[in-house]
Amino acid sequence: MLKITNLHAKVRGEDVEILKGLNLEVKKGEVHAIMGPNGSGKSTLSKVIAGHPAYEVTEGQMLFDGVDIMEMDPEDRARSGLFLAFQYPIEIPGVNNQTFLRMSYNAIAQANDEEEMDPLEFEDFVKGKLDSIKMDESFLDRSVNTGFSGGEKKRNEILQMAVLNPKLAFLDETDSGLDIDALQVVSSGINLLRKPDNAFVLITHYQRMLNYVEPDVVHVMIEGQIVKSGDKSLALKLEEQGYDWLTKPHMNGILA
Amino acid sequence: MSQTSDINTLVGEEYKYGFKTEVDYEDFPKGISEEIIREISRRKDEPQFMLDFRLNAYKQWLKMDEPEWSNVTYKKPDYENLLCYSVPKKKPVLDSLDQVDPEIIATYEKLGIPLEEQKMLSNVAVDAVFDSVSIGTTFRKKLAEAGVIFCSISEAVKDYPDLVKKYMGSVVPSKDNFFTALNSAVFSDGSFVYVPKDTVCPMELSTYFRINNEEAGQFERTLIICEDNSHVSYLEGCTAPQFSTNQLHAAVVELIAFDNAEIKYSTIQNWYAGDEDGKGGVYNFVTKRGICKGRASKISWTQVETGSAITWKYPSVILQGDYSVGEFYSVATTTKRQQADTGTKMIHIGKNTKSTIISKGISAGNAQNSYRGLVKVGKNATNAQNYSQCDSMLIGATCGAHTFPYIEQENASAKIEHEATTSRVGEDQIFYLKQRGLNEEDAISMIVNGFCKDVLKELPLEFAAEANKLLGIKLEGSVG
Repeated sequence: MLKITNLHAKVRGEDVEILKGLNLEVKKGEVHAIMGPNGSGKSTLSKVIAGHPAYEVTEGQMLFDGVDIMEMDPEDRARSGLFLAFQYPIEIPGVNNQTFLRMSYNAIAQANDEEEMDPLEFEDFVKGKLDSIKMDESFLDRSVNTGFSGGEKKRNEILQMAVLNPKLAFLDETDSGLDIDALQVVSSGINLLRKPDNAFVLITHYQRMLNYVEPDVVHVMIEGQIVKSGDKSLALKLEEQGYDWLTKPHMNGILA
Repeated sequence: MSQTSDINTLVGEEYKYGFKTEVDYEDFPKGISEEIIREISRRKDEPQFMLDFRLNAYKQWLKMDEPEWSNVTYKKPDYENLLCYSVPKKKPVLDSLDQVDPEIIATYEKLGIPLEEQKMLSNVAVDAVFDSVSIGTTFRKKLAEAGVIFCSISEAVKDYPDLVKKYMGSVVPSKDNFFTALNSAVFSDGSFVYVPKDTVCPMELSTYFRINNEEAGQFERTLIICEDNSHVSYLEGCTAPQFSTNQLHAAVVELIAFDNAEIKYSTIQNWYAGDEDGKGGVYNFVTKRGICKGRASKISWTQVETGSAITWKYPSVILQGDYSVGEFYSVATTTKRQQADTGTKMIHIGKNTKSTIISKGISAGNAQNSYRGLVKVGKNATNAQNYSQCDSMLIGATCGAHTFPYIEQENASAKIEHEATTSRVGEDQIFYLKQRGLNEEDAISMIVNGFCKDVLKELPLEFAAEANKLLGIKLEGSVG
């Protein structure tokens, strides 16, 4: 579904490379977790894949469903089924959450020659989604993320994901700052959406979330590269031992 | 990149009202002088009191200097070469459109304002002002049945001289400022509305102002009188062709509300704004003021200002009657090299008077946007209340937003609240919406409309959608 080869990227207008030849392949039906210390480039990776204009790809290839997405605008990437749950969801004052969700749903539906929904149809549809992820209806009448608590913002991202039903979702530290109840709501939301024909990539600092959402593959990202991949036991090992054992040999190499 | 070329195309297309209509105009000399004022009055066949009013104003104007205190810079109009009276040769006769130049009728069709009643919105009456003359006023019979007078000010001068004589200049005296004196001397056309006692005007009233002549100034004059227990909602729209020179629109609008009367006055101003380099565009120098004369009367100004090279405008309310209410809801957007200095004055005189000011300024490109407002509470205005909220939104790094709130309080019982915020539409907001599948146009329009929601909801329903769309088109391509 997603195949990234030798990806190099930097902040536009600056020289320092953040992604340094990263490789990643995600197949249908899989859940991947990407872990790594602060500053390893995890969030940058998700933004580069979604097409954030602040970053520039200098080398490499990104194929999504076999299509090269490198030159595509962010909205076209979204319309082809790529979703990013933001680490810091953006507030948009005065814009009704439900209206926003409907416009977003319809923009994607229209691009895929699918039926758009009128406000009444959409209200039924979105309320169904709310129930399935145990969220309150009052969410819909508020302005997008405005005045939401950290946990509410993250849950709103999951609601959007449920409504848009993407092929591939990147969740950038969706678990950070959540208390245990919110974490369970978010996790069960993801589990409900898991299907054989979609895929998820969870970017996280903590093994905690992986107790609820079981990953097929765990990657460790350090200094702009994926340095190790394994099954979920890798996450447990990282939790116990930190990242030193992965960086040390590298450091030793330099020192020697 | 494809994104850039899209933006260029869109910016090039953005002012769709910029066409010019070819019409034959009556010959009229340029400049401003007593002779010219006498000639205007003669051509309009005015009664003596009107000529005297004009000549008085002219004498005052000669003694005044063009004001320079506002936060805008521009080349002053050349009054020696200004054409104050620009009237097409073929004009309406006896309230019939038959004699009107078909090109002018077609112009309004093209602007989306058909003047034939069967094609119009059934609940909106229109007065169409083309340069210096009203082309026609629709639904007059239906309004007359309800007792409402809606006609051009030129007709009112002739048909209702007593009302005009009594009220014109009573809210905005000629000598109020340089531009009101100028307007009072040479005003051409505008609308007149009179709503008698105990009457709810059965439809929305609107005037559509069009400047077509490159060399002409437009001196709009509008007067709305609402008697006891009556209610009227009025909307004006404005467009002009794309000229590389500047046109002057200097208007005076006066509103008078008696006991329990309510006047709602809305503006969607989309004069040509000039090009990227600031060449061309309309100078919109306007004095609008209403007086809540009666107890518990209410005047509400709502404005969506998107056009004009320079806007200089402070719709105000004098709250004279006890328990009267004044409101000002404003969205002012400036892009390219536009400059706007706009706001309001709320003058509390009566007891228990209340005013609300909601101002949303949006600035993009190299534009400058200023809010300037005065809340004045007089000695006797016990328990006066004001709430002001002034929010600015910046799009891009080369524009500016400024707020100049003034408060003068002479009565200690007054309650005055002022809130202000400034925010910037960032790459991240746009990216967030794009990541949800929206294109740039929809993303910006969503952010801006959210920002302006408190104002847009005050517009009459018939025009709200138009205003939404206008804001989206206007600001497209501003981010990045």
